[in-house]
Order: sequence, then C-alpha cells, then structure tokens
Amino acid sequence: MTPSPINDASNSWEQGGPERLYVITGGRGASGRRADLDLVTLVVARAAARPEMQPEHASILRMCHYPLSMAEISAYLKLPFSVVAILVSDLLAESTVEVRATVRTAGIPDPELLKAVMYGLQKL
Amino acid sequence: MDSRSSELAVGPTREDALPASAATAVKIVVVGGFGVGKTTLVGSVSEIRPLTTEETMTEVSVGVDDVRGVEQKNATTVAMDFGRISINEELVLYLFGTPGQQRFWFLWTGLFEGALGAVVLVDTRRLEASFDVIGRLEDGGVPFIVAVNAFPDAPAHPLDQVRAALDLSPTVPIVECDARSRASSRDTLLALMRYLYSLSIQSAAPMAASAATE
Repeated sequence: MTPSPINDASNSWEQGGPERLYVITGGRGASGRRADLDLVTLVVARAAARPEMQPEHASILRMCHYPLSMAEISAYLKLPFSVVAILVSDLLAESTVEVRATVRTAGIPDPELLKAVMYGLQKL
Repeated sequence: MDSRSSELAVGPTREDALPASAATAVKIVVVGGFGVGKTTLVGSVSEIRPLTTEETMTEVSVGVDDVRGVEQKNATTVAMDFGRISINEELVLYLFGTPGQQRFWFLWTGLFEGALGAVVLVDTRRLEASFDVIGRLEDGGVPFIVAVNAFPDAPAHPLDQVRAALDLSPTVPIVECDARSRASSRDTLLALMRYLYSLSIQSAAPMAASAATE
C-alpha cells in the first residue's frame, strides 16, 4: 500500500481502471443491475447515508437529495454508467432510493409531450 | 492530496440541483464526428456546465458479437458529454453528444431507443463522416434532422447541395446552425421538435402510421 502517485498502476486505480471498478461492484457484472435504468432515469434518495455504507452508495444518497439523473451521478462520481447502474440497483433493493420512470417512446413520441418541450425551449 | 474521502463528497451545487418536483426526463442525442461541435452545441443551451459520463467497453460487452473476447484488462473508456434543460417544474430535457461510431451507441443502455430524436451535426469539410451515422439512424428508425455547423473557415454550401451530397430523404429537415450561439442551438433543437411533432400528428392518422414508422 505504499503510495506511488505517478505510476501507471495508481493512475489506473484513480481514474476508474478495471481493478477499482471490480472492487466497487464486488465483481458483479450485469447480473447485479436492474434492466430498466436509463441514462436519464431520475434517482431520489429516500434515506440518509449510513456510516457503515460503501462510500459510493453513501455518495449517491447524499447527491440525490433532489432528483438527479443516472448520467449526472456517473459524471459526479467519475464512474462508468454500468457501475452506477449496479450501485443504484443495490440502493433500490434496500429501498433507500426511488427512481422516477423514464418516458419510453415506442416510436414517435406523444404530441403533448413534444408541445411541452417546444414551449420550454422557446423560453430559452 | 488525500482526496479519497473528499472526492466522494461530490454532487451538484445547490443551483445545479433539479427541483424536487422533477418527475420526467427525456433526451435528445446529438451525433457527429470528432470535433464537429457536439459539446459546443450542448454547452450553448445547457443550464449546467456540460458533464461527462463514461462507459468501459468491457462492462457491457457480454453478448455483443463484435467485442466478444475483449479481455477485462483491456477496458477502453469512452466518454460522452451531456447537458440539461429544465423544461418546466416536472419535465427535464437532457442532451447527449455522442460519437458517430455505432459501436459506442450500445455502451449506454437505450441511448437511442428512449430518445425523442437526434440531431446529426455535420461539418461540410467532412461530410463523408456523416454517411454512416445517417444510414444507421434510418435503419434504426430514429427520427433525426441534420444541422450544418457553420465553421468560420469552412466554405459556405447551400443547404440543397448538402442535402444532395448526403442523399438525404426529402422529408428530413436540414438546417444551418452556429453551435457557439445559444439562440441558434436552441432553434436547431426546435427544428427537431417541430419535425417530431409533425411525425406524431401523421402517426395519429391511422393510414400514414405504418409508412412513417416501418
């Protein structure tokens, strides 16, 4: 555990190299992940972070005091989306977060939704 | 220097937080080649400084034929910049700028499947880079418009010429855009929304629906 801050190994660890990601997810692949989590699924915390939690889980609970998308969580944690999806799935399983459903447009979106987006854009 | 713990105390600043009432999020994908101005466009209209999400090729490569056999230690990280526009108290629009290569699109679950539509951002000096993207969006049934980013040092081409060069369907809108300008980038998104709206009205008419979506 001697720190050697500039060598390749620690660089890989700090920047989300495979070893660090393996540890964060406990080595789980897609099996630990709910299939309905999308980049723009909004996540909201329903409980406070607990001291014994894995740091990444605690971070998600703290940053999702207000709704936050999966993509934003990935950006702030500097972790790949698939890793965040596993972490959020863990929190969903213990009911410490809830997710707000993504609008899944099967084909062409609903005209009323499109009108709302247009109205919002026109105000920019 | 010990950033391990402080690094984890991260998240949006108070002004970058969404209202508690935010309930629905939609997305638009901005597709284009390297350096075409995707992030510039996203940044011009975003209410937050553009953020970056990333994915590693190995994490979701299981079952995807063309990357099968890639070893975990050879993980390749691919980044995607994105921004956000709060439409109203409940509805949030996200804009993702993604590379044109299709192999990246599978990295993020439902990047296109759940999107309202796409803006193909093109540089007239490198039109050939857009052929693949346009073909793949057509094949995937993703509605899109084409926006020609006006680079100061690029020769100006009439949009009709660009349309012909791209062999674009006559129904697909093509617009000029200055990705650096908030108003121009907003108008580009509005052009996409108007096109989607026209498609949604058409698909509400029973006979026109199958031709538009198949």
